[in-house]
Amino acid sequence: MTAIQTPQEVIPQLSLRRKVEELSGEKITACFQCEKCTNGCPVTFAMDIMPHQVLRLLGLGQIEEVLLSDTIWVCASCEMCATRCPNDISIAHIMDTMRQMSQREGPKASQKNVPIFHAAFLGSIRRFGRVHEAFMSVEFYLRSSGVSGLLQQAGTGLSMFNHGKIKIMPYRLLGNRQVRSIFKRTIKKG
Amino acid sequence: MPVSYYPGCSLEGTAREYGESTLDIARVLGIELKELSDWSCCGASSGHITDDSLALALAARNLGIADTVGLDLVVPCAACYSRLKTAEKRLRSGRAIVGIPDTYQGNYRIMHLSQFLWEDIGEETIRQHVKHPLDGLSPVCYYGCLITRPPDVTGAVDPDNPESIDNIMTALGADVRRWSYKTDCCGASHMLTLPQVAIPMIQKLLDMAEEAGADSIVVGCPMCYTSLDSMQETISQETGHEYDTPIFFITEMMGLAFGEPVDKHLGRHSVDPRPLLSQKGLL
Ligand code: SF4
Ligand code: SF4
Repeated sequence: MTAIQTPQEVIPQLSLRRKVEELSGEKITACFQCEKCTNGCPVTFAMDIMPHQVLRLLGLGQIEEVLLSDTIWVCASCEMCATRCPNDISIAHIMDTMRQMSQREGPKASQKNVPIFHAAFLGSIRRFGRVHEAFMSVEFYLRSSGVSGLLQQAGTGLSMFNHGKIKIMPYRLLGNRQVRSIFKRTIKKG
Repeated sequence: MPVSYYPGCSLEGTAREYGESTLDIARVLGIELKELSDWSCCGASSGHITDDSLALALAARNLGIADTVGLDLVVPCAACYSRLKTAEKRLRSGRAIVGIPDTYQGNYRIMHLSQFLWEDIGEETIRQHVKHPLDGLSPVCYYGCLITRPPDVTGAVDPDNPESIDNIMTALGADVRRWSYKTDCCGASHMLTLPQVAIPMIQKLLDMAEEAGADSIVVGCPMCYTSLDSMQETISQETGHEYDTPIFFITEMMGLAFGEPVDKHLGRHSVDPRPLLSQKGLL
């Protein structure tokens, strides 16, 4: 892994760095670019910016580049980087913070399927209190690839059904109002 | 022994065999699993990717229920376990979570099922119930990411080398193989959204299990199970190499060794494990 190729003249945007530090609660300036996070990461093969480079960019306040990257969406939240960092930085949590920022403030995710999936998943929780996997998958395929995309998956759905893996009726949570109020009271708006 | 039990959403659906086999072995071992009444989804990855306080509150609602019961809480899914432990850590540090009252006590432990079975139920009890030792079976055991990571949340002493599932399988009589991929990520979170990212991760684990001389993989997480079990046909088609490694839940293996009927569980797997077990004289 080579050192990050940043243009020679970068004007550090310290207020943007502080914003990420405040939102994440992680100390970005503690990073000394040892690359342990990158060396342990199982998804670097699909990343356009390596995890230690994310830290370097954020240290300089170059958050736009990070928000536009594939990296924040292909990160599998495996927590390897957070486990290995000698400076106790949870890079995994910083990835979350950047995904949250993207969803609230933009720009649009480079890997659009990821936020569509999570919205469908949370939609199922909001509606039923638990995730009904079949309803959630139907919604995901419809929203990400339309009716044709959904039909392509019909075979998988049928095989799941035949294996007795599709619960017919979703459970109706008694505490559904509590769950809805959690959504109302927590999600920060963009 | 009574404990609180949080099954999580996938044990009612794609990992139904995990839920059912857990109930089977609990009955045999005299564990009274008291399902948390009216539990809700822990929020999984979708919660923490979307909003920190939402993720904490969705998980913590269940901790509030467990708190009123006061018994140790056993969790079979690694992802649920991780979310519940993360919320617990937050509450322990004295910081608030939406919906959790100040009266929250937290005088109970949250344990992953494999840890509970090995540490609390223990080797002796497990060995006493073995009727049909799993002689001749050579699995590798796979834990995935979240049973041990990050260690400041899980409390894992050796996050790269957990042993509970290996130890249980050894107690059941299996010839457990060593490998270095116990806690490598299987990419389960990308199975539907970015299969091109998930597939190489799954393939690597299947290849490394084969290299370790294993005939099967034993897991303790419904997400790991689904990604390892359900994608093998696709990977075979894409690579031209035949992948058909049976994936077992630890509870199915215990049921098999305890003489419980496991056929209904095994029939739900994508890679049918029954030919392997018959060949070894275990079915
Ligand atoms: S492991 Fe920590 S200190 Fe090292 S490069 Fe990554 S974030 Fe920086
Ligand atoms: S959490 Fe994300 S960035 Fe960190 S090691 Fe895992 S996949 Fe890589």
